[in-house]
Amino acid sequence: MKKNTIVSFISNNLVPLMFVLICSVAIPLSGFSFSYLLAEIVTRIARNSFLILSLLIPIMAGMGLNFGMTLGAMAGEIGLILVSDWQIWGIPGMILAMIISVPISILLGTISGKIMNLAKGREMITGYIMNYFINGIYQLIVLYAMGVVIPIVHSSILLPRGYGIRNTVSLLAMRQSLDNLLAIRIGTVKIPLFTFIVIALLCLFILWFRKTKLGQDMRAVGQDMEVARASGINVEKTRIISIVISTVLAGFGMIIYLQNMGNLSTYTAHSQIGMFCIAALLVGGASVDKATIGNVFLGVTLFHILFIVAPSAGTKLMGNSMIGEYFRVFVSYAVITFALIMYETKKRKALREVGRSLGLSQTRLSQSKQA
Amino acid sequence: MAESPLLEFKNVSKSFYGNNVLNGISFTLNHGEILGLVGENGAGKSTLMRILFGMNVIKETGGYEGEILVDGNLVKFDNPSEALKAGIGMVHQEFSLIPGFTAVENIVLNREPQRKSIISEVFGPRLNTLDRKKMDEISQKSIGTLGVNINKDMLISNMPVGHKQFTEIARELTKKNIKILILDEPTAVLTEKEADTLLKSIKEMAKRGISVIFITHRLQEILSVCDKVLVMRDGVIVRETPADKTTVREITKWMVGREISGISAENNESKIQNKKEIKKIMSVQNLWVDMPGETVRDVTLDIFEGEILGIGGLAGQGKLGIPNGIMGLYEAGGKVFLNEKEISLNNPRLCLDSRLAFVSEDRRGVGLLLDESLEWNITFPAMQIQNKYLKMLLGGFIKWRDEEAIKEVTEKYIKELSIKCTGSQQKAKELSGGNQQKVCLAKAFALEPKVLFVSEPTRGIDVGAKKLVLDALKKFNKESGVTVIMISSELEELRAVCDRIAIVSGGKISGVLPAYTDSEEFGHLMVSNVV
Repeated sequence: MKKNTIVSFISNNLVPLMFVLICSVAIPLSGFSFSYLLAEIVTRIARNSFLILSLLIPIMAGMGLNFGMTLGAMAGEIGLILVSDWQIWGIPGMILAMIISVPISILLGTISGKIMNLAKGREMITGYIMNYFINGIYQLIVLYAMGVVIPIVHSSILLPRGYGIRNTVSLLAMRQSLDNLLAIRIGTVKIPLFTFIVIALLCLFILWFRKTKLGQDMRAVGQDMEVARASGINVEKTRIISIVISTVLAGFGMIIYLQNMGNLSTYTAHSQIGMFCIAALLVGGASVDKATIGNVFLGVTLFHILFIVAPSAGTKLMGNSMIGEYFRVFVSYAVITFALIMYETKKRKALREVGRSLGLSQTRLSQSKQA
Repeated sequence: MAESPLLEFKNVSKSFYGNNVLNGISFTLNHGEILGLVGENGAGKSTLMRILFGMNVIKETGGYEGEILVDGNLVKFDNPSEALKAGIGMVHQEFSLIPGFTAVENIVLNREPQRKSIISEVFGPRLNTLDRKKMDEISQKSIGTLGVNINKDMLISNMPVGHKQFTEIARELTKKNIKILILDEPTAVLTEKEADTLLKSIKEMAKRGISVIFITHRLQEILSVCDKVLVMRDGVIVRETPADKTTVREITKWMVGREISGISAENNESKIQNKKEIKKIMSVQNLWVDMPGETVRDVTLDIFEGEILGIGGLAGQGKLGIPNGIMGLYEAGGKVFLNEKEISLNNPRLCLDSRLAFVSEDRRGVGLLLDESLEWNITFPAMQIQNKYLKMLLGGFIKWRDEEAIKEVTEKYIKELSIKCTGSQQKAKELSGGNQQKVCLAKAFALEPKVLFVSEPTRGIDVGAKKLVLDALKKFNKESGVTVIMISSELEELRAVCDRIAIVSGGKISGVLPAYTDSEEFGHLMVSNVV
């Protein structure tokens, strides 16, 4: 019995355990000091958690890992481009960018939700491909419309030809304005207290949301659409709302992420963010249909430890730091693939088990009847 | 009797695509009355209940004729929620529960008591928080009235089937203004003791004025709880009687009750006696099959060479699971021997290689390549499996279709089975149901099998085509000596074609009788260990 629980613990937490193993090898190899590592991790938790948390609500509604969060990231970026043109910096700039991002996120989220309703059960791949499509529209707006249709005053962020946004927009005047608010220092480790408060508020929101009628409806829809529909829940609308919430939160998350970075790569910042967030969440032990707040923080910690130590470990091991860079992309894809396969096999295994136990119980039933 | 009955059906009829499935159904249901509804599969019970519950299928297929009155008012439900509003609740055979929710969450699903907050005042009622305490109270009360002990905080997926059933009923009971509760085979999944509890709670409900329509195959239950019994057969009510004035035997007779047509009984008898000396061709031992809705639990059966063996039984008892399991289409276990040699299960290709063939009940899904020509449909499996109708070039390295041989054999079967078509090139989807079935048979015949499984060969085809299909089967059996195992829900059809008939009940063979046995006997076997 005991052996069984150990085996099932390992098989249920294979991905996080593998990461703990890899990290325990890579950390000593990298030669980084503990305090350096800690400082880096705290920064990255502050930078990424909000984005990853935005993934939780669609998972609850049974829509899988929302690659559509990239859409929210684009909305956040548009907000930031506009406020940096208007030269509104610091916290007010961030808040304004967030306000601008909300209607764009809602619009994109609604479109995304409607499309995903047409492709039920294939939300992940649909979202992933849709990103490329919306990315095209984003480029059209940012590269051609900005400076022509949408007035851009400051030429510093425009391309030399007079319209379209430069490859990088500097957010130096906004850099870490949220992180520096109420920041405290313990030794060499800077703790961005206010950012953590914002993240904690989001966690509380998610916990509260689960207890609302809407949250309950989403859980019902996530588990069995047909039963939910039969009981009168508007399945399609509920699913759209969950995607919209996720997209809006992703927009906010992207703004928090970028204020920490201090500059915006206009055309690439959003392109891999969805994949990295999803990989981090999966590393934390989440699956396609179940993710908790605990998974977010465990995942962001483990995943980023590897990110920090991989280049240096790569240099020590192979004499080339590029190997580490290569490694992190490779690992992200590997983790997602692996987690998806695990999910499918587990689901199939569970189904078979149900069939077996049903057969058994009914044999017993008919035996008891004969007796 | 000035008060009008709670529910009244007046001359209700329904047809699907010109097939009359219900004909002039009239009955009444009073307040607090328990009505038992029995009948063979396909007698029209489910259709009748679907009409009452306003299921979409009915409307999509052209509605129904006649009138339904609730409390003396004419009603016509377009969808289930309208029926719910009028106080009609239904517990289906398949569970409609959310597996990852607790009993409480399921009982109050989408009717959860809620608490308002400032946020919900602004953003609308969907952001109300759930009132867990009240949810518990409501559920506890409802479970309490059923008189069962269910852990209300247990997840549905961890519950034994019986408890799931009670949870569903408890959910119906919490609905406001519930007046009529339809229970579609609620005891099918329960143990004896659980079933007793349920029957008691049904009586309890009736006392509180809720009327119950109770559908079951367990006739004893009908007699013990119902006030009135309706027996249906072939879409009409053949008998309406007070429950205390009848017996199980009588009801069985009404249910099966067709006149025994002069089947070639003696003929069959002599054939079987001859068979005695003939060897077993196939032997099935302790077979179980995990086919959803048709679970086979423990089937042991011997099949003799050259006979036509019928497998009958009520729907959901596992008769369809037997061929599907042996042919490897669903997960199965146990042992199957063909000519004393064990064949491995769960491997369709091996089955086909050992010359077993299967005509599936799922014609359109498994049986036919709908967009392909008849030639292709008939010869494809033979080409694939036995390399027939192929020209070998370079010592078999390249295989070439032998178009002439294909055409020849197709035309032969078109003639033999009188398949109505424009030619051997016509597409399978353009044929009528009966002719498609013949193509399926031709396909199996082309494989020249030793044992042929035919599942529901006459389902959904008209009377004339039925006869042709059955005759073709008989002829094939006689002329090429192939052993045929025919699975059908229509007992009379089995009796007309088969030598012996095995009846499946509760996933087991409840008896094998010669085909000339009285149909009443078969009826008893059918309901003997229904689960």
